[in-house]
Amino acid sequence: MTVTALPDTEPPKRGWYKRNEIAVTPWLFLAPAILFFAVYVVIPIFQSFSISLYDWDGLGQAEYIGLGNYAELMNDRAFEVSLWNNLKWLVFYLLAIPAGLFIALFLNQTVTGIRIYKSLFFFPFVLSQVVVGLVFAWFYLPNEGLLSNMLALVGFGPVNVLGDPTWATYGIIAAGLWPQTAYCMILYLTGLNAVDPEQVEAARLDGAKGWKMLWYVIIPQLKPATFIAFVVTIIGALRSFDLISIMTNGGPFGQTRVLSFYMFEKALSEYGFRMGYGAAIAVVLFLIMLVFISYFLWSMYRDEQGGR
Amino acid sequence: MFPRPIQQASAPAQTAYKTMLPIALILWLLPLIAVAVFSVKPASDFTQGNYWGVPGSFNIIENYGQVFFNSDMPRYMLNSVLITVPTVIGAVALSAMAGFALGIYNFRSNLWVFFMFVAGNFVPFQILMVPVRDLTLDLGLYNTKTGLVLFHIAFQTGFCTLFMRNFIRALPFPLIEAARVEGVAEWRIFWFVVLPLMKPALAALAVLIFTFIWNDYFWAIVLTQGPDAQPVTAGITSFNAQYRAAYHLMSAGSIVAALPPVLMFFLMQKHFIAGLTLGAVK
Repeated sequence: MTVTALPDTEPPKRGWYKRNEIAVTPWLFLAPAILFFAVYVVIPIFQSFSISLYDWDGLGQAEYIGLGNYAELMNDRAFEVSLWNNLKWLVFYLLAIPAGLFIALFLNQTVTGIRIYKSLFFFPFVLSQVVVGLVFAWFYLPNEGLLSNMLALVGFGPVNVLGDPTWATYGIIAAGLWPQTAYCMILYLTGLNAVDPEQVEAARLDGAKGWKMLWYVIIPQLKPATFIAFVVTIIGALRSFDLISIMTNGGPFGQTRVLSFYMFEKALSEYGFRMGYGAAIAVVLFLIMLVFISYFLWSMYRDEQGGR
Repeated sequence: MFPRPIQQASAPAQTAYKTMLPIALILWLLPLIAVAVFSVKPASDFTQGNYWGVPGSFNIIENYGQVFFNSDMPRYMLNSVLITVPTVIGAVALSAMAGFALGIYNFRSNLWVFFMFVAGNFVPFQILMVPVRDLTLDLGLYNTKTGLVLFHIAFQTGFCTLFMRNFIRALPFPLIEAARVEGVAEWRIFWFVVLPLMKPALAALAVLIFTFIWNDYFWAIVLTQGPDAQPVTAGITSFNAQYRAAYHLMSAGSIVAALPPVLMFFLMQKHFIAGLTLGAVK
């Protein structure tokens, strides 16, 4: 902001605050938020890095062991399983984006009652993951569950999704996809509202329709919605904890653990309070996330350059 | 409009679409409908193996009465309210101020401070867990609602500031310049010029943060234990342990626990969606 060279009509004796008002005010306004954020978010990140270098049970004396925790991670089978499961979550959770787009396209009409349909389709997102987990755990029950009953109708035997080491993770991801798809749907519904009708009409006159129209005309215009859907889905996939804790508690045989869950288990559950080891797992998870965070920030930075 | 409005399609296609809508909805909400049916069934249905059939009798009052009068659920619900409401107020207040500072003033480190909030908002909870739990223990706030509220305010400030700052950037800047030319003090510009214009953003964030915090589970189990301070998401697991395999009660409990954010959503839908789309797609 440049101060225009208007003749100063005020009396020359102005307080320090008055003279520096424009420079000082933003920091006064920022102070409480920065203080809270520093104490509870920024500083703890660095503390976790430092704790990960110690062998510590959370109460007694911490013993410095350098990169010992990380060395131990290298040979930890459970860590490897968690890492693979995180990858599965990342890949399959992204299905929420096309699924959300599909439902949004299905619902983007103006028939009577469509508003109610839209909100009811969005409904699962408002539910707590704890409730979603419970509901799906019952859905998957080996004998009594709805899934087994439906499969029985078409002649398949009962399945125990959550009790099967190979399928349990996919079962949980499917449960997670339910609310996440609803979220992506609402993003795309808002996005579709903003699609330029003239471009669509022009493309129609040129003979574009169906898939070609979607791919070349609509999807490029949905880019902002896709970006947000991508961000929230990636973050959601790496944060998955509630569903695993509720549905399988990491089992069977620890096959549904992900890093976030394994970290919690190591640091805070009955398996012992290994804070240092837990912190090391958290650091690995953080570094994975950092790749995505950097990409998001970079995209935002580019957009900012275009703005004011 | 894309896809082509169904009104331009043939009559059979229109009928097909209108019949498919309710079917798709029922399939989509099937797990939820099942829980709703579970919650009114009598216990005998489950012992007799009548899981998915028509309820033997409608025990709405018995089942929900059990949840409300014969369990810790009301305490958990109260805890949730006492955690959620102060968090909403705190986070919205802090971020309105921070958003104002970052949205209006062009000081040098502006973008860096902003990116700190954005990046912090994306961080995995686990990297904060051990230090935050320690800090809360040291402050003597472990297993208190205050401890949980303080953390939630701090963490949600990241997301809220992102939202507020973008919203304020989109306001007409000449308005602020005009006020400055008039010699209005900066804090008065915030209070009398910007804040009234931010009402939609404040409402959107309030509804959204309410839902986020109400549904939080991770921090509830890290920072609290037992019915004195635990919110309902954590409480429901002990409730379920108490009524193991009593599906009708567990369902009724889950529905009660899920209700407040659901009501919030249906009452404030417009604001809710505006918040979720980050105002980026209008």
